[in-house]
Amino acid sequence: MKTKERLQIPPVGMQQQAASERIHNQNEVPLGFTPEEARLEALRCLQCKNVPCIAGCPVGIDIPSFIGFIAEGNFQDAILKIKEKNVLPAVCGRVCPQEEQCQLPCTVGKILKTTEKSVSIGKLERFAADWERNSGSVSKPKLAPKTGKRVAIVGGGPAGLTVAGDLIKSGHEVTVFEALHKAGGVLVYGIPEFRLPKKIVKNEVENLQSLGVEFKYNYVIGKIESIDELFQEYDSIFIGTGAGLPRFMGIEGENLLGVYSANEYLTRANLMRAFDFPNADTPILNVSRVATIGGGNVAMDSARTALRLGAERSLIIYRRSEVEMPARNEEIEHAKDEGVEFHLLVNPIRITGNEEGWVTGMEDIKMELGEPDASGRRRPVPIPGSEFIVDVDAVIVAIGNSPNPLVAKVTPELKVNRWGGIIVDEKTGETSIKGVYAGGDIVLGAATVILAMGEGRRAAKAMHEYMMNEKTD
Amino acid sequence: MNNYEILSKANIAPQVTRFEIYVPKIARKRQAGQFVIIRTWEGGERIPLTIADANPEKGTITLISQSVGKTTFELANMQVGQCLKDIAGPLGTPTHIEKLGTVICIGGGVGTAPLYPITQAMKKAGNHIITILGARSKDLFILEKEMRNVSDEMIIATDDGSYGEKGFVTTALQKLIDDGRQINQVIAIGPTIMMKMVSLLTKNYNIPTVVSLNTIMIDGTGMCGGCRISINGAIKFVCVDGPEFDGHGVNWDEMLKRMGTYKKHECVALNQYKKHHREAEVA
Ligand SMILES: Cc1cc2nc3c(=O)[nH]c(=O)nc-3n(C[C@H](O)[C@H](O)[C@H](O)COP(=O)(O)OP(=O)(O)OC[C@H]3O[C@@H](n4cnc5c(N)ncnc54)[C@H](O)[C@@H]3O)c2cc1C
Ligand SMILES: Cc1cc2nc3c(=O)[nH]c(=O)nc-3n(C[C@H](O)[C@H](O)[C@H](O)COP(=O)(O)OP(=O)(O)OC[C@H]3O[C@@H](n4cnc5c(N)ncnc54)[C@H](O)[C@@H]3O)c2cc1C
Ligand code: SF4
Ligand code: SF4
Ligand code: FES
Repeated sequence: MKTKERLQIPPVGMQQQAASERIHNQNEVPLGFTPEEARLEALRCLQCKNVPCIAGCPVGIDIPSFIGFIAEGNFQDAILKIKEKNVLPAVCGRVCPQEEQCQLPCTVGKILKTTEKSVSIGKLERFAADWERNSGSVSKPKLAPKTGKRVAIVGGGPAGLTVAGDLIKSGHEVTVFEALHKAGGVLVYGIPEFRLPKKIVKNEVENLQSLGVEFKYNYVIGKIESIDELFQEYDSIFIGTGAGLPRFMGIEGENLLGVYSANEYLTRANLMRAFDFPNADTPILNVSRVATIGGGNVAMDSARTALRLGAERSLIIYRRSEVEMPARNEEIEHAKDEGVEFHLLVNPIRITGNEEGWVTGMEDIKMELGEPDASGRRRPVPIPGSEFIVDVDAVIVAIGNSPNPLVAKVTPELKVNRWGGIIVDEKTGETSIKGVYAGGDIVLGAATVILAMGEGRRAAKAMHEYMMNEKTD
Repeated sequence: MNNYEILSKANIAPQVTRFEIYVPKIARKRQAGQFVIIRTWEGGERIPLTIADANPEKGTITLISQSVGKTTFELANMQVGQCLKDIAGPLGTPTHIEKLGTVICIGGGVGTAPLYPITQAMKKAGNHIITILGARSKDLFILEKEMRNVSDEMIIATDDGSYGEKGFVTTALQKLIDDGRQINQVIAIGPTIMMKMVSLLTKNYNIPTVVSLNTIMIDGTGMCGGCRISINGAIKFVCVDGPEFDGHGVNWDEMLKRMGTYKKHECVALNQYKKHHREAEVA
């Protein structure tokens, strides 16, 4: 096929649940490609010699190759190609900010002058992974001969799972210690079912288990065992405890009844299945007008969850404008389609409540964009006298999470930066303690799934080398 | 023996059940003032319970649970030999134990459960312990014998005068103050309203007062912020910064209100549970 012909194929849209329907259920919104749709979309790829897309992927998946296999209808080789670099393709295909990563430099998008028309790399990746899972024959990687070395992984999020997968393959014994009663980290407690079905995460965890990874739940490292104590049984340790410390704004009324951190709101809804209350035991407030403060994925997830829990109105309150919103484009679009109201260039000043302590409203102020700040984005400044009140009965604070301080607090030798992130060697992921590595949100601050996995991969490689070179005495 | 297995169970007061549970790691590691978070079944809520005692040799911890809602009723209905679904811990910052002189340990109702290990440790550190236990009436006391064993002086108070002195724990505390007793610290654990009243009283005399807060929790690791409370105007997470705090710094009104966030839901859950489990019916 000629380049010109390829460019003439219109981007293949993915079927999705209608907005009016999906706000009444938890099911996934985009339904996935059929094999025919996938092959057609794959034909749009020009198989560029200079492969700009690969540079856009933090783990360097050989994108043209896997897309080429899909175009041929060889889905098996497509998924094997992806798995050379990415152990959680069904997850990344769904949640990566592709428009800022692999799809940003895509030649097709460049020629057609909009990244929206880039090859849908993420959707194709998802297709290949779903195809394999549904085929029921997930290929098992070969395991290297046993090394006799033992690895402890603290935290079962994407970073920890990646390290577990890499090191079990290298022949080590691997144990994952997870504080909660389920593995997956943010993938199970934060990102909602309608965006990432939990059976996918469960499946990945089970795959690791079938390779021999041991999972220990309800293990809060730092409390039940210290890093020192882990060293009595393990040769090397990876810390992937994530950025699970919710930030609050420090404004009046933040402890009123009906004010949630996004983490609490989403944990109740997802991990604890408050959707199904009272069949599941954990409650969540049934509210009719909800304001979510923030503009990232976490805020979109909260605002859309509120609709699914029955809210009549769900508002996003964001102090900058839409272009600065860090959320994935797709999430912003989906939220709009579902009726989430966007109040941009607005900042909350205080939350108001009644006698019994329940939220009744929020006082906001309008903002305008001023000079660029340190992040290069134009700094929002309040417009004096533009204060106004919105009536709401719940507020979800989704302004960000900081690294979880629990382990560092009881491990003074573990060096952390000003923001609480663990300091690591850039090449190896090694911390200030020999043999202890770290990666993911606990190092980067709240980042992305694929970056967490990339950090896990880097650490796994270094851990393997460290353990193999270690003198056995 | 299986991890999380219930080895023994006893009813120690109306609606109060004591469990001995096999969980050797926690039994070895726990310190006074710490708690666990448990779940009873796959769809269960995560609820915090204080580690009232532990036997490291046997590998067991003691939990004392007062049946107040769905999960605690369900727990009370679990049988010896059954396993809890999950137990995570030990959580929370251990009590700061120090030789201070005379320490007054005040327990209200099931609050005596968390108070016991702290009193034990304070006694061991060489403090003179005056214990004040309070309840509505005589049959509601728990751990009285155990508390006596670790106390130098013991005062019992009941609202209705059916046992010990008539009045609240604050009445007894006021009397000690009026008698001019030197008091270096007060530790009060019980219903929120009791801890509030004790804190208000001791504030007048600048007696350092430690309370243990029992806010609603989910993860217990500082991840959700659901347990937050204002202490001297700053937000603190009870599960990691506490559960013990300076009683004079607690915003009690906020605390009392936040405890009631899910009142309606809790009624629904309990009623549904009772309908399906007649045996849980309140005696
Ligand atoms: C609501 C929400 C939506 C998001 N949406 C996206 C998205 O669309 N795309 C994207 O790329 N990224 C998204 N992210 C970000 C992404 O989820 C994270 O960057 C990623 O999960 C980080 O992985 P991690 O393994 O470092 O940490 P986490 O996923 O946070 O996992 C850490 C794990 O460690 C456990 N743990 C913590 N402390 C201890 C301890 N002391 N002992 C034992 N275990 C411990 C935790 O319970 C948790 O399971 C989102 C985040 C949130 C909160
Ligand atoms: C650190 C700590 C230690 C505790 N130790 C003990 C103990 O040793 N013995 C004991 O009997 N109780 C203890 N509690 C209280 C106990 O957790 C609650 O009674 C229990 O959660 C009630 O659950 P339920 O489903 O039976 O009742 P529900 O009907 O759900 O609730 C009854 C009341 O309990 C409180 N509550 C509800 N859900 C939670 C939750 N997830 N976390 C905390 N409180 C909640 C609320 O104020 C509510 O009004 C402790 C609480 C904390 C925070
Ligand atoms: S892992 Fe993410 S960035 Fe890399 S190709 Fe897949 S969707 Fe793109
Ligand atoms: S840049 Fe786009 S068109 Fe080129 S190889 Fe990559 S995905 Fe295909
Ligand atoms: S219980 Fe979630 S932060 Fe304390």
